[in-house]
Amino acid sequence: MSRGRVAGRVALVTGAARGQGRAHAVRLAEEGADVIAVDVCADLENVPYPLGTAADLAETARQVERLGRRVLARQADVRDLGALRAVVDEGVAELGRLDIVCANAGVNQPAPAKDMPESVWRDVVDIDLGGVWRTCAAAIPHLIAGGRGGSLVLTSSAAGLKAYANIAHYTAAKHGVVGLTKTLAQELAPHRIRVNTVSPTQVDTPMIMNEPMYRLFCPGVAEPTREDFAPVSQAMNALPVPWVEPRDVSDAVLFLASDEARYITGVALPVDAGVLIK
Amino acid sequence: MPGRVEGKVAFITGAARGQGRSHAVRLAQEGADIIAVDHCADIDTVGYPMATAEDLAETARQVEKFGGRVVAREADVRDTGSLRAAVDEGVAELGRLDIVCANAGILSNGPSHELSEQTWEQMIDINLSGVWRTCTVAIPHLIAGGRGGSIVLTSSVAGLRSYSGVSHYVAAKHGVVGLMKTLAQELAEHSIRVNTVNPTQVDTDMIQNESMYRLFCPDVENPTREDFGEASGATILLPIPWVESIDVSNAVLFLASDEARYITGVALPVDAGALVI
Repeated sequence: MSRGRVAGRVALVTGAARGQGRAHAVRLAEEGADVIAVDVCADLENVPYPLGTAADLAETARQVERLGRRVLARQADVRDLGALRAVVDEGVAELGRLDIVCANAGVNQPAPAKDMPESVWRDVVDIDLGGVWRTCAAAIPHLIAGGRGGSLVLTSSAAGLKAYANIAHYTAAKHGVVGLTKTLAQELAPHRIRVNTVSPTQVDTPMIMNEPMYRLFCPGVAEPTREDFAPVSQAMNALPVPWVEPRDVSDAVLFLASDEARYITGVALPVDAGVLIK
Repeated sequence: MPGRVEGKVAFITGAARGQGRSHAVRLAQEGADIIAVDHCADIDTVGYPMATAEDLAETARQVEKFGGRVVAREADVRDTGSLRAAVDEGVAELGRLDIVCANAGILSNGPSHELSEQTWEQMIDINLSGVWRTCTVAIPHLIAGGRGGSIVLTSSVAGLRSYSGVSHYVAAKHGVVGLMKTLAQELAEHSIRVNTVNPTQVDTDMIQNESMYRLFCPDVENPTREDFGEASGATILLPIPWVESIDVSNAVLFLASDEARYITGVALPVDAGALVI
């Protein structure tokens, strides 16, 4: 494993129970990292699809361990800074260091801005933007104390760089993540800690593969399915694919986390099949 | 373990030294064969020597050291005919084309209103039109291959923000970003991706010369590499004077590889935070 691209490093990943978070944990472990895996593992009132479960988080941990890496998996809500701090502190105590942060946890719940209940706005912004800040706030002291620099990769979205109707809260939160990235990049550069975003288009995960999202994308279809969703999603991308896979985002995360990107900071990296230039 | 671009063929301009050589060697290290092109002759509006035929031969030797096959040819990115001959010959010999690094570029400086027409024209002709010509001779091979492909154009931080004293360079490098986005649209249906790398100052002969030292250190009588390092470091966030060619090559490798199979139309800064300072 000594030849892995992040060999010997420790990565904190939020939203790690499934989807992109699990893919990041596994990809980084494949390249030699140990992982602190965090997920809320509970459904939320304002999120119209089931979230990851404790069993999902345990499966992520198993996949990391199968690669010969150590893992500390804990349930924590990115809306609770105290809980995040406790997990990160415990993880660093057990795994010995912290080098990489993937602030990945996020949710979505489509609704027109004018009809959106305040609680929906508040939860999406609190998780997708506030949760990213809290994750960084809990991790940064350990990165600075390590004195070896570090790499924070915040999960934004193509919606962090362009507008999408009917997800005003998500678009605002993901734009906010891009702003947070640039400010953190400035604040942390003296410590050689780099901060970048990945900005994906639709990724094949439960966050978009659910009926409310199908209805958003296919307003003319009575009972829209994944098959109805595919051509509509593909029409948004420049490349002839309906969506990207979690692994594609993980490969970008790995690049940004590794020393190959040692002088890349403050950057928003789209993994978007050309959605921004379509 | 197979390399990250195992079995692919890459066409690289400005390959005799600097970033171009570094790209050739890094891609070869990860399993690619190389078509290496360089002008290998001085240019009269440029105040530092260009690479030589010997430099290009050294690039070829370094590629071969990693077990890569190489076709090295002298060609000028201002001359479509010579470029086409080089790439056609390279594809005939190496069997395919997958990756294009349109890297060749020059730098000169002066206040906009004092640039000679020739200085302006050579800059645009090499740093922008040369990139377009490189793409035009390569794209038919990529499409004919039917396996998609990755084109990486070398822009600059100066393709995303301005710097005084190099308006022709800024205009050309901005133009490369526009060209990249249009090519990304045109070629997406063939699964051919097009992106730019946008470096800050890179430690190569293009910036390590007296003319650039004077531009960056106007108040120093005889500025040195050290004086320049201090002034250069002040334009970026991370505590370093400049980045190395290998850092740009690692970004090129990522974009060229299947790890970036769904990344297209993107300007990727390798700029130590110059854009967010």
